Amino acid sequence: MTDEKIHSIRKKNNLMLGLVLIAFVVLVFSITIAKLMGGSTLEAYDHVRRPQLEDTK
Amino acid sequence: MTEVTLDTTSEQPDFGNYVSLLKPRVMSLVVFTAAVGLVVAPGSMNLVLAFASILFIALGAGASGSLNMWWDADIDRIMKRTQSRPIPSGKVTANSAMLVGLWMSVLSIGMLGLASNWLAASLLAFTIFFYAVIYSMWLKRSTPQNIVIGGAAGAFPPMVGWVAATGSISIEAIGMFMLIFMWTPPHFWALALFMNEDYTKAGVPMLTVTHGKRSTRKHILIYTIFLTPFCIGLAFTSIGGPLYFILSILLSIMFLMGAIKLFRRAETAAVADKYFEERKVFRFSLFYLFILFSALLIEAGFRALNFNLAAWPQVF
Repeated sequence: MTDEKIHSIRKKNNLMLGLVLIAFVVLVFSITIAKLMGGSTLEAYDHVRRPQLEDTK
Repeated sequence: MTEVTLDTTSEQPDFGNYVSLLKPRVMSLVVFTAAVGLVVAPGSMNLVLAFASILFIALGAGASGSLNMWWDADIDRIMKRTQSRPIPSGKVTANSAMLVGLWMSVLSIGMLGLASNWLAASLLAFTIFFYAVIYSMWLKRSTPQNIVIGGAAGAFPPMVGWVAATGSISIEAIGMFMLIFMWTPPHFWALALFMNEDYTKAGVPMLTVTHGKRSTRKHILIYTIFLTPFCIGLAFTSIGGPLYFILSILLSIMFLMGAIKLFRRAETAAVADKYFEERKVFRFSLFYLFILFSALLIEAGFRALNFNLAAWPQVF
């Protein structure tokens, strides 16, 4: 096997592995979001108006 | 500075060689049965979590496939059917197959636990252990009952899928397990009938090698008979229904007829037509399982659309 051929195979392997790793990162992030949401939206208490915290003076 | 030189004497494995370590064809069956187990389960699951669960169940199956190839490299080299696998063909070293298998096991079990629940993850861990250690390392080379007990490994995926969705094991999960468990021996023995030479050469104590083909034909028939009640019984659980029931009856009759045909056949007739009927039964057995699981999927679709018979009996 020539050096050139080995390089080209390795380049392809690295590229594929890179894509797999990126896909894995995206998946872990998606799982995290799905788990955090737990069936509802992520927006919670701090995104709504809280009159009790507002300055009433 | 140290000089780095390329080792040009050995083969350079490409990405595809590592993929084939995971036995993609077995994996596709695992994806299908695990997905059915997950989809037919009651309740709804987040799509991302459902997708991730199926993916990691499949990856766990791939990991056990890689461990199996590492352990069985010596017999894979001898058998024609397996000679082109990555280790015997010299593409991947046995050691890397082992490392791929071990790390993928850890990853898939951990990730399934995070994506679904730890009971599902433990079941997946047990499945990998069962296939790699109990089946590959121990039973395969020591007893002709190897595939009967080893078949359990292939029967776990729908159960793991079900548990990933529901968090518990129930009668339906056990029913799907039993269907694949009972199906495996006749399926595999039909293959062994026409792949016998391979197993003889490699010294694997397949039933065809230890007890002969006559006895194997009898075993196929007996196991197919025992498979039938499990196949039809699933119709009367919460995941069954009229469509599954009708198909299970038809497929059982066809499978039984095939098994009877094989039982009646003389070895000379089989040699004469190059095991035509045996190959047919083997192919049919794959079709049989595929249709039954598809029917479960369709029944789940009917239930989701509220298109079901209220009077359908649920015995189990």
